[in-house]
Amino acid sequence: MTLELFFQYLVAGLTYGSIYAVVAIGFNIIYNATGVINFAQGEFVMLGGMIAVSLHRFAPLPVAIAGAVAATAAVGALVELTCVRWLTRPSVLRLIVITIGVAILLREAALFAWGEGVRSLPYFTGDEVTALSFHGVSVSPQALWVLGTTALTVAMLAFFFGHTMLGREMRACAANRDAAALCGIPTRNLVTLAFVLSAAIGALAGCVVSPITYTSYAIGGALAIKGFTVAILGGLGNGAGAVAAGLLLGMLESLSVSVLPTAYKDVVTLTILLAILFVRPSGLFGGREASRI
Amino acid sequence: MRGLRTIVAAGLVALGSPAKAGDPIKVGALLAVTGPAAFLGAPEARTLEMLVEELNARGGVGGRPVRLIVKDTGGSPEKAISFARQLIEEEQVFAIIGPSTSGETMAVKAIAEEGKTLLLSASAAEVIVNPVAPHVFKVAPKDSFAAEVIFRRMKKMGITRIGFLSSNTGFGKAGKEQVEKLAPAYGIQVAVSEVYDKAATDLTAEVTKIKAANVQAILNWSTEPAQAIVLKNVRQMGLGVPVFQSHGFANVQYARAAGAAAEGVIFPAGRVVVADALPAGNPQKAVLEAYKRAYEARYKEDVSTFGGHAFDALMILVRAIELAGPDRAKARAAVENLRGFVGTGGVFNFSAADHNGLDIDAFELVTVKDGRFVPLGP
Amino acid sequence: MRGRRHLQVVVLAAAVAGVQLATLAAGKGFFLTQLTMSAYATLVALGLSLLMGYAGQVSLGQAGFFAIGGYTSAVLTTLDLGGHRGRPLWAAAERLGLLAERPDLFGGATLSVAPWAAGVAAVLLGAAVAFSLGVPVLRLRGHYLAMATLAFGTIVSSIVVGTQAFGAADGISGVPPLVLAPGLRVGGGAADRVENYYLAWGLVALAMLLLSNLIHSRAGRALGAIHGAEDAAAAMGVDTGRMKQKTFVLAGVMATVAGVLLTHYNGGIGPSEASVMKSVRTVAVVAVGGMGSLWGTLAASAVLNFLSLRGYFGAYDDAVFGGILVAVMLFSPDGILRGDLGALASRLAARRKSPGEEA
Repeated sequence: MTLELFFQYLVAGLTYGSIYAVVAIGFNIIYNATGVINFAQGEFVMLGGMIAVSLHRFAPLPVAIAGAVAATAAVGALVELTCVRWLTRPSVLRLIVITIGVAILLREAALFAWGEGVRSLPYFTGDEVTALSFHGVSVSPQALWVLGTTALTVAMLAFFFGHTMLGREMRACAANRDAAALCGIPTRNLVTLAFVLSAAIGALAGCVVSPITYTSYAIGGALAIKGFTVAILGGLGNGAGAVAAGLLLGMLESLSVSVLPTAYKDVVTLTILLAILFVRPSGLFGGREASRI
Repeated sequence: MRGLRTIVAAGLVALGSPAKAGDPIKVGALLAVTGPAAFLGAPEARTLEMLVEELNARGGVGGRPVRLIVKDTGGSPEKAISFARQLIEEEQVFAIIGPSTSGETMAVKAIAEEGKTLLLSASAAEVIVNPVAPHVFKVAPKDSFAAEVIFRRMKKMGITRIGFLSSNTGFGKAGKEQVEKLAPAYGIQVAVSEVYDKAATDLTAEVTKIKAANVQAILNWSTEPAQAIVLKNVRQMGLGVPVFQSHGFANVQYARAAGAAAEGVIFPAGRVVVADALPAGNPQKAVLEAYKRAYEARYKEDVSTFGGHAFDALMILVRAIELAGPDRAKARAAVENLRGFVGTGGVFNFSAADHNGLDIDAFELVTVKDGRFVPLGP
Repeated sequence: MRGRRHLQVVVLAAAVAGVQLATLAAGKGFFLTQLTMSAYATLVALGLSLLMGYAGQVSLGQAGFFAIGGYTSAVLTTLDLGGHRGRPLWAAAERLGLLAERPDLFGGATLSVAPWAAGVAAVLLGAAVAFSLGVPVLRLRGHYLAMATLAFGTIVSSIVVGTQAFGAADGISGVPPLVLAPGLRVGGGAADRVENYYLAWGLVALAMLLLSNLIHSRAGRALGAIHGAEDAAAAMGVDTGRMKQKTFVLAGVMATVAGVLLTHYNGGIGPSEASVMKSVRTVAVVAVGGMGSLWGTLAASAVLNFLSLRGYFGAYDDAVFGGILVAVMLFSPDGILRGDLGALASRLAARRKSPGEEA
């Protein structure tokens, strides 16, 4: 394999990896606030793209995207309010099953609303054939938008959690919910905020990646699986770990095509997930956790 | 008096069958309206509903209204089996249209045969009609014809080395088989052959592999949105070679989705997608234009060959009933003996040995120009 | 205690026979087809109910075991071994009855693995996978466990869809019927419909009996203790690891057996049977019936699967199961139909006896 080809695979891998990373970060935000894995995270990505395409029919692109992010964030809040907030000390089992059910309902609602066709936003810059060329490696400008948006999202979240009052409150809530409540932190509202935040960043990712991959009602499931593989790989709850793990997984997947039949690309990802779960569930970068007996 | 009544009664008995004359003819449909094959089943369902309404508005078939019973299998063979049994044993339908996919069709082929119910499938696999089962027919053309039409053109263009991509569905599998079998006869070498997952959202890695093999053309064989994605991946990588697609590309939403990357793509298709551009003398033109106008007016979306298969299946059935009356055995024989039937997929000529009825002329080579489908000239 | 349980199974048998005779009388004999398919789905659900309700383990991989059973059986019985006919090893296998002749697509005769042998192989494979998977998986907790089983289910699904030998996206068809005894075979022909119905529900009754006995045995009480408070149970000397593993294997084997039989009944299998959605639907059924409540699960499975297979939910099939899942878990996590018939009866009796006193 020439160096050029290697870089071509790498760029593809990084693009996808950054989407997985964003989904994983969404998982982590909710996990940190509630201890729940939100299986519906992939659907937020799907909704973002779908709503943006519908809004774009009457509004310019930036407005459509902003509208989609806001609408999906509202859906996230709705999910939390109806399905999580009023449960008293629910078991992990119960919450897992609820979020799975919510994911299915969101998917079927999307099918009902938008039909089975695929759709996408137009390319933010350029179109379907433009490509920027660096030393024999061709990259679509949209891939750069994806990488840029992911980087921006990570930076903004880091600032939020590290340097704003609200962000610090959320971290306190994640560290020890009861103690935080005793300190007067409105933990229940912060949980809602966690859902809103996760939904918003998922939606943004969905918008920016839709020109490359197309959105349709069914893409949420596969994204969710990839997303939590990455989240676990990076250590559940660890934001920076998710980014590193996402990029790593994206590259592994992309490079695997050069040696394995493409049809088994997913099997590679899932086997990695199982291996991590069996050998080191705290992930590559996660701390020790009472995740195993 | 008594004599008159007897004559009238005898007349009524002669005209009618055990069912009263006005009884609807039940036609069942097993379609993948939702689920992974929805891009096949949904247009098929819409076409059938539209046609049945039109038929009933004109008085039905042989004076009897048609009652359509559509079962959504979601692309699942298990559901197809359950619904097939339901349609045949419980509803006792006259005939079944569909299923939409080859996997489902093979699952219900034996059931339809056992139940002596006409099955007119919209899917493509060769094994549906080979070996021939008396009650099972298909209206979608043979994959080998599609491949041959493509190869003929490639040979004409002097192409001898291609890269081949296919999806892991039955359609892709069947195409791969045909392509690998037929390419040598046209002097074409398949330098790279890659199979991708039907839900694939990016094929850069596969296209990179093809780029490394220095091919003169790329052929992609699938029915998924991946068809549009691969076009973009190819052009973005700066590969300027001609790109061919299978007849699965025959839905203009894929050309639109690929935008500028779809320009110049060549693929075989049933003539329904270029109905407007056909010369006036073409035997299919009238049927196609009527279907296209009605479908697009009603559903505000473009026609596709998939919906066309449903059209053909139903209209062949209707024709058979008109010729032979609402008797199952006779209708079956009528389908088998149908010749010169002009449908959207081509002109059908069935026989006892050929339950598909189409030949290589069913395909027209089409290309994309300015985002629209136009016939590719000679 | 034991008498009541046996009585419940007798009631089930009577209900099964009653339904069959009713359909005969009403001329709706074709209902039996969907009822038979529901019976096999119920086997899968019962295994999951035990796992979730008693061992407290959520498994999103039951469809994976179903697929292992179905696909192994399907592949082996549709192999074309005709070319090996003369060779000594194959001839010996044929004489032993391991191989059987079957008509191929074109009317000629070819050799494949005999259905009973394929079935046995499938079940053994399913048990082996469940055993080896169970060891590492059951050391995980909570959502890690859910995800591991989800990953397993998705791996199986991806493999069957991606592999040519398994029919890829089209699945495998033309699977011959499984002959259990002269005149009794698992297959879809209209002539065998009534027998297959009784066979399938007979298996369900048998499973109910076995599982009931298990639950009320010492092992079962240990299992219940695990669900209630795992650490306490371990402290009391219950070998929690081995108990959970055995339950996992049992659930997996039940799903595998159901897969084998339903594949022969349908004459084929497709990748939709291996999908995660199928596992989720099984979870929904168990949730409605009440985790660990065998009778609740049986009732929920029979009704929901029957309606689904008859197309009652139309295009909203998946949405219905998703909605059920959310609704049940939000409002009634112990299940709607919880409680065996006996407990229900004694509660009714108690209420009738002393309406004024505490219930």
